[in-house]
Amino acid sequence: MCDFLFSSFTQTVEHGFPNQPSALAYDPKLQLMAIGTKSGAIKIYGAPGVEMTGLHKDTAAVTQIHFLYGQGRILSLLDDNTIHLWEIVQRENRSHLVEVHSFNLPGRPGIESTSATRVTVMLLKLSCDLLALGTEGGGVHFLELPTLTLLNKSLFQDEIMQSIPEEYKCGKSLGPVESLQQHPQDSDKILIGYSRGLVVLWDLNSRHVDNLFLGKQQLESLVWERSGNSFVSSHSDGGYMVWAVSSSNPCTHDPISSTIPYGPFPCKAVNKILWRTTESGSPLVLFSGGMPRASYGDRHCLTILQDSSHVTLDFTSRVIDFFTIHCTDKDKEFDDPSALVVLLEEELVVIDLQMAGWPTVPAPYLAPLHSSAITCSCHISNVPPKLWERVISAGQQQCPLQNYENWPLCGGKNLAADPKPKELLLTGHEDGTVRFWDASGVSLKPLYKLSTANIFQTDGDHNDSLTQAGEEEWPPFRKVGCFDPYSDDPRLAIQKISVCKYSGKLVVAGTAGQVIVLVLSDEKSDHMIDVATVDLLQDREGFTWKGHDRLPPKSGSVVFAPGFQPVVLVQCMPPAAVTAVTLHAEWNLIAFGTSHGFGLFDYHRRSPVCTLHPNDSLAMEGPLSRVKSLKKSLRQSFRRIRKSRVSGKKRVVVNSPTSKVQEANAQLAEHDAEVTPVQRRIEPRSADDSLSGVVRCLCFADTFLRDGTHHGPTMWAGTNSGSVYAYALDVPSQEKFSEQSVEALLGKEIQLMHRAPVVSIAVLDGRGNPLPEPYEVSRDLAKAPDMQGSHSVLIVSEEQFKVFMLPKVSAKTKFKLTAHEGCRVRKVALSNFTSVSSEEYSENALVCLTNLGDIHVFSVPALRPQVRYDCIRKEDISGIASCVFTKTGQGFYLISPSEYERFSLSARVITEPLCRVDVERPHDLSAHRKKSHFKLYYKKKLHTMTVFTVFLIK
Amino acid sequence: MNKNHRVPSNRTLSAVEVKSKFGAEFRRFSLDRSKPGRFDEFYGLLQHVHRIPNVDLLVGYADVHGDLLPINNDDNYHKAISMAAPLLRLFLQRKEEADYSAFGTDTVTRKKTPAALAAVLLRPDANKKKPPIIISLPKDFRPVSSIIDVDILPETHRRVRLYKHGQEKPLGFYIRDGSSVRVTPQGLEKVPGIFISRMVPGGLADSTGLLAVNDEVLEVNGIEVSGKSLDQVTDMMIANSHNLIITVKPANQRNNVVRSSGGGSSGRSTDSNTSFYGYSTPGSMVMTPSHIIQNYEPDEESEEEEDLVIEADRGAKLFPQAGARATASTSMPALPRYEPHLDLRPSNGTMASSVSVGSLNACDRGLEGRNLEEEGTVITL
Repeated sequence: MCDFLFSSFTQTVEHGFPNQPSALAYDPKLQLMAIGTKSGAIKIYGAPGVEMTGLHKDTAAVTQIHFLYGQGRILSLLDDNTIHLWEIVQRENRSHLVEVHSFNLPGRPGIESTSATRVTVMLLKLSCDLLALGTEGGGVHFLELPTLTLLNKSLFQDEIMQSIPEEYKCGKSLGPVESLQQHPQDSDKILIGYSRGLVVLWDLNSRHVDNLFLGKQQLESLVWERSGNSFVSSHSDGGYMVWAVSSSNPCTHDPISSTIPYGPFPCKAVNKILWRTTESGSPLVLFSGGMPRASYGDRHCLTILQDSSHVTLDFTSRVIDFFTIHCTDKDKEFDDPSALVVLLEEELVVIDLQMAGWPTVPAPYLAPLHSSAITCSCHISNVPPKLWERVISAGQQQCPLQNYENWPLCGGKNLAADPKPKELLLTGHEDGTVRFWDASGVSLKPLYKLSTANIFQTDGDHNDSLTQAGEEEWPPFRKVGCFDPYSDDPRLAIQKISVCKYSGKLVVAGTAGQVIVLVLSDEKSDHMIDVATVDLLQDREGFTWKGHDRLPPKSGSVVFAPGFQPVVLVQCMPPAAVTAVTLHAEWNLIAFGTSHGFGLFDYHRRSPVCTLHPNDSLAMEGPLSRVKSLKKSLRQSFRRIRKSRVSGKKRVVVNSPTSKVQEANAQLAEHDAEVTPVQRRIEPRSADDSLSGVVRCLCFADTFLRDGTHHGPTMWAGTNSGSVYAYALDVPSQEKFSEQSVEALLGKEIQLMHRAPVVSIAVLDGRGNPLPEPYEVSRDLAKAPDMQGSHSVLIVSEEQFKVFMLPKVSAKTKFKLTAHEGCRVRKVALSNFTSVSSEEYSENALVCLTNLGDIHVFSVPALRPQVRYDCIRKEDISGIASCVFTKTGQGFYLISPSEYERFSLSARVITEPLCRVDVERPHDLSAHRKKSHFKLYYKKKLHTMTVFTVFLIK
Repeated sequence: MNKNHRVPSNRTLSAVEVKSKFGAEFRRFSLDRSKPGRFDEFYGLLQHVHRIPNVDLLVGYADVHGDLLPINNDDNYHKAISMAAPLLRLFLQRKEEADYSAFGTDTVTRKKTPAALAAVLLRPDANKKKPPIIISLPKDFRPVSSIIDVDILPETHRRVRLYKHGQEKPLGFYIRDGSSVRVTPQGLEKVPGIFISRMVPGGLADSTGLLAVNDEVLEVNGIEVSGKSLDQVTDMMIANSHNLIITVKPANQRNNVVRSSGGGSSGRSTDSNTSFYGYSTPGSMVMTPSHIIQNYEPDEESEEEEDLVIEADRGAKLFPQAGARATASTSMPALPRYEPHLDLRPSNGTMASSVSVGSLNACDRGLEGRNLEEEGTVITL
């Protein structure tokens, strides 16, 4: 294997929705959006394909972020009270978000309490040269930008207090600064809102209080009306007030209006309010919170009000922050908001404010992958154009708005050419849906959603109608967003997916032993689903299934929209979760396995071909022994309880001098047992290990099983106890499919001596290449496999890789990974690595992710180790479990429930962002500091800099 | 040829099926379990059945553990008959071309009558008159552990090899994290290490006496454990459990192997202190030799890990479903299933001649305790 096939391991891009977002910002000039997270990451998004990420050195939550409009700079405030300045810079031909400055507000001399200088709010002046910080102590501090130097003109409460009328003071402090807002017309004036309710209009130049607004309700947020003649305040009692600003009246006692929209009963606080004027008439009021405490206090709501139009957007997760995209041109008279962007804890929702009814705009990125928990994933590379188009058209019929042209965030330019080889990522979810994602580029776009719940009768059906009926009343709730953490029925969860990309056939298998064969259809259909029950335990006596019931299929016909439509439902009995599934569309066969055995099913004739259950075989003894071991463990635990009871009594009853010594000894022993550190038992895997009957992998191959001269269809199954079963299949030719049935004959049974679970089985042709997929050869899409040379089978267990020659099953090569490295195989795939210099040259390699989170690459079939990379933290078990490899040496794994990290092992196939953001920077700090020749530009005071990021799909 | 028919018939009848192999030929016959007769009669019967009246034979059988044990007197003959469940597999060899390495040396000639044996044993001073026959040679035993590489290791270290192979006994020890002190160029340094934390009483590790609690584990099968986590070392040991070689620094340094300063250091690693585990059956006075040879080969690694491959293409047959019967929402009433047709093949030489002991072993372990018939299954390697 040549070195030039592998680049160094690169983690290229994150797909999905950032985990635990905590802050949101928008730059109307560059049209970029930034999201900060609790883990200290800042992510910038613009037009689809424009993405950048920065990570703070300390993992403190980002509480606030602000753009320096148009400059490509961001200020972030962290949980640890530090302020950081970030810049978008170009380095090594790739753009980075780089931290250039940080600042920590020093405590006031003499005052030890640090909470007094804790920053509560930040105000960035529009001119971007001054930053005002409001603190918990009620002081306002000013920093010069972009140097982040503290100016000696802090404003403390004492100064304000002097101008407050006596009757308002009551000897109480004003509380922390809750809001700072710059006057929309006069940039020297800022509005300061204190927690107690007092709002002050402060002139920065003259250091003088212009106006006082003596609010009596605890303040939550402030917003200016565009003209600067009035502002709106929101309060903790769920109300908002409109205040008039006039120079004639320096001290206002009462607002123009005060409303509690969801009163009169006690309401929750209105956390944030926006007031946007429109050309068409009355202003648009948007606020979060304010729901009646008793009845809807637990809802996450955002209200949009305009005249008589009133919508309460009801989200499934907490509202973090929101902003409107509106006209910021100073010459224009109105805000005229075009869109509302709401960042929720689990998703991003965009509402079109110009269209009637305020519909949602589908997002081209930041897709909430986890709208229902991801239970499995499957990647399809090189998707044929025909299948691609059909999936897209099926998706468009599901969701007609699925064009991203009216996406309001369009900053930056995506320089990447449309990726040529289309890639699909399929995710199976807990609610029984399978989502199809466009994984060809940087942004993971949702294409199509398939639901399997509609063919079953579930309890969820009734619930839906009930909740809908309840929501006709006040307030006018509208459910928005797709994040749904509640699964109607956990049995619906998808466990395994297998696809034939050429025939558009799909097999999905779930937790209740359901295996569904679906066919892609462009027409709507209304049909009955054939149900076949396959009993994997046949006449096994004395076995009772104590797990969940099967899902009852719907009787009668079901209407299916264009897309993947079920044709057959195969129900495994007992209804244990399906642990492996595979499809061979050319032979019309599916194979599936559970913890109780496996079955082969001819979906064309709707007839099972064969099943194998533990009784039939020597090595497959799992469930039997599991019953035994359960009994055993129960018995043991009872014994333990009894023992502890007995010994407990003893201690009380016996009271002789000798017993005291015994007691002391016993206590000492107990103490010892507690102190005993973590220890591991060294014992070889025994045959009656529980779960040994679990079928771990299944594969179809056209190869030599019985003799070296005749090849034919075969099916291979590997179990948890290190057994491999190979069946020779007699598949009739295409014409005779209806008349003749498929027959299966057990050909070989291999028992791996080390008994480790078999993770994967693949058959290699005479040249050592993996066999092509079904239809690839018959449709001239792949080179025919070498049927002259002798085939071999690669069996990967959790501990070893082994290549056996066929048909004799004689060991050829092996690599004992665990014996050498102490790590165990978790995920494995055969990937094709193409050389950077020549497209013709490629090699196959075995890519393996271990339980330690590192990736090993081995040559095939020699099984020589090539390279090793650290990939996932070994503690991140769900990340390791979620990893999926592509056929071109890339891979995905979940870094959080909602985000896939994409990585690449290949030197040729790398997917990473390539975008350009034009920024104007008056003072370029990074350039000034980093490179001397940038000084020239620096002197020019204002220059245009172009930032590149690279998006390569070679 | 129905399995359900055969199994009870074997159990109810007290007949022992005997399958005897000489060269490439098989013979099958049965014996009455309750009246096996004497060994000489049995020996004659074998010669008769195989039609080799004047050939001196060495008779061996595969015991339940898959070990090749000799039959050369009444005691082990009876033992073999009583343990046969239900099939007794015999392997005959010509005495002159007998592969003595396949099992222990013939310490007891077949002429020895039980009376003579008893006489030897009853009178302790008998061996003054008789040639020494009671003390068995090391190869009549199964090795369970050994200290190896004494000449290349520092005296403070001990490399112990545990033969789990073919043993029903648990390995029986636990390991833990800990810290040890190392001498480095910077002086003494505390480094994390792996230690033996517990021995299971009666386990293999305990019974050898070569490992003890608090011994520091330095290497596992030649791979250093430093820098590896407890779980990694656990997995390494389990993965190597068939032939586990651990290098330890014993907590008790007083029992170290002392190298003689003179000659004897051959330069190559040797098994210097192999402890053996008697493998005699309780009924027999004579030590039954077991197959231990492969454990002495230095590079048997590939041998002992041989996977078991069962060719099932003759026996197993799957019935195809008669017609497509599954229609909409009907469950399949009867599904075809894998039904092993275990034909009892007469004497057509299904047992390949080069049965390696390792595979037999595995096969028998699989059979053991399930009373499954194995006739008709071809085992190849």
